[in-house]
Amino acid sequence: MFNIIILSRFSLIIFLLPIISASAFANEIYQTPEDFIEEVFAGHPPDSNKLWITKDIKQSIRNILEHDLGVLRLRYWSKDGRSAWILEEIGKERPITTGIVVNQGHIEIVRILIFRETRGWEVRYPFFTDQFNDAGLVNEDKLDKSIDGISGATLSVNAVTKLARLALLLHEYAKKGKD
Amino acid sequence: MDGNYIIFKQFNRYVTNIMLMIMVPVSTMAEVPSSEEMWKIIQQQQKVIEELKAKLEQTEHKVVATETRVEETAKEVEAAAEAMEQSGTGASTAASWADKTTVGGYGELHYNSLNDDNNLTGGNDDLDQVDLHRFVLFFGHEFNESLRFFSELEVEHALAGESQPGEVELEQAWLEMDLTNHHRARAGLEILPIGIINPTHEPNTFYGVERNKVETEIIPTTWWEAGFGLIGEIAPGWNYDLIAHSGLAIPTTGSSAFRPRSGRLKVANANDQDIAFTGRIRYTATPGLEIGVAGQYQRDVTGAADLFAIPATLFEGHIDWKHVSGFGLRALYARWDFDDDNSPVPGLDPENVNADTLDGWYVEPAYRFEIPGRVPGDLGVFARYENWDERNQITGAHRFEEFSRWVLGMNWWPHQNVALKFDFQNEDADGPVDAIFDGVNLGIGYQF
Repeated sequence: MFNIIILSRFSLIIFLLPIISASAFANEIYQTPEDFIEEVFAGHPPDSNKLWITKDIKQSIRNILEHDLGVLRLRYWSKDGRSAWILEEIGKERPITTGIVVNQGHIEIVRILIFRETRGWEVRYPFFTDQFNDAGLVNEDKLDKSIDGISGATLSVNAVTKLARLALLLHEYAKKGKD
Repeated sequence: MDGNYIIFKQFNRYVTNIMLMIMVPVSTMAEVPSSEEMWKIIQQQQKVIEELKAKLEQTEHKVVATETRVEETAKEVEAAAEAMEQSGTGASTAASWADKTTVGGYGELHYNSLNDDNNLTGGNDDLDQVDLHRFVLFFGHEFNESLRFFSELEVEHALAGESQPGEVELEQAWLEMDLTNHHRARAGLEILPIGIINPTHEPNTFYGVERNKVETEIIPTTWWEAGFGLIGEIAPGWNYDLIAHSGLAIPTTGSSAFRPRSGRLKVANANDQDIAFTGRIRYTATPGLEIGVAGQYQRDVTGAADLFAIPATLFEGHIDWKHVSGFGLRALYARWDFDDDNSPVPGLDPENVNADTLDGWYVEPAYRFEIPGRVPGDLGVFARYENWDERNQITGAHRFEEFSRWVLGMNWWPHQNVALKFDFQNEDADGPVDAIFDGVNLGIGYQF
């Protein structure tokens, strides 16, 4: 027979400490997209632009994500050769919201803004995201450097890597549009 | 051409004519019309100027109207785009529910061609079979941003039912609530966080057609129990799990006595289990590297129904390293310690079947690389050496013996979520055992 009394005692111990220390339930928003844009443009963000998802861009997105984005245009912020993007991709179950800054065709910042998956949360730490710094594209849509994964978080790693590739590609399309 | 520009040119022409007339030389005055005629001409031209002015104003109005319409059209396009995007991402109630519900799964099909290298003992156990070993569907639902549900439903060996080889199993069904950004509480039917394969067992994530024997016999993967606990992180890259859960109820007699794998009641009308506690610390702060240590304590691993009380502890430690160069290394050690019977009338001794300590370990170097040329995906080659304790299955002399196995093989990933596998295995045992399997395995696996 399951020992209910012992179970109850341990359950109390297990649950009390974190609940006491927790001020409120969290929704795992590490930084809002608005704050990210504000920060990466040093408090003076430009007006947002919109990149319409043309047939070519749609195909390029599909090549990377293996599905459509489901939007007709993407908002981005651009100033002095830098562009900032807020992109989402599902790891295993839920979307990972990521802020990415591309500077002159190379990744400057990758930051996880909202993480909703039940595992693989390590991707939000700089020890993982800093690997993308200075990465560019080769062979149209591949990163020119390898990214070390995280054991047990393969799907989250794949999702963030795809978003980094996508941001680099969209940066080029946005640049062409302006030229 | 721009309408304003044309009108401006006409207007300019008239003004030029007037200026020319005024500047006519005196010598030609004789041919100049009378003042009445001049007045007439001026009046006619004034009329033309006014008509042109009116046309110019009209054109300006049209330009303004056109600009307004362009702006309105842009707004309409924006509104239409937003409406289309919303309809595609769950604006309606039904879509909103679907947006919060996720479906996934994995599966693996195996072909085993194995010879029993020990035919003289326990008969011929050769194996030549094809088997849809696992077909699994995930269902998850997010009630709100802090509370979610996840489940995993599995069909093993394709055909379930009475006298059929397979079974339908619910391997996960839990609720999870965020407590803070770093801590979560989870309750329900949950896979225990021990080892590498038990928590992450999708076939495209590991080498070899069959799961390794250490994480089958010592850690009885797939191992789930009913429980509740906490998961989270204590520092970046330092993760913990702490769970109170239903324990094993291992048999104390028969051919499976003290076999951990046979003690799983799978939360199916599971009576007579004692409580167990499992904890794990996992380090992942170096990309590509995971180091994990797990421990479990159970006060009575034989369950509460019998007269015996055998306390048991399980220790497990592992490293899983995937270097950016493609080199990978997995190594794991796991060990059960079954204590003496501490019931009021002790009558059971695990040592009688060589089961006071059961352990196993493996080491698996591998190398994965992108296939050059037109063949898509990655290829990985690996070698694995396993060593573990298992029942020998010899009638009348049931006890645990030490087995070892070499597995050499390769995985081809045409897509990161799909793997085709091939391996060759060679087994051995230190003592008398029923079967030693040598041969080849083929498999395909996927997840989505």
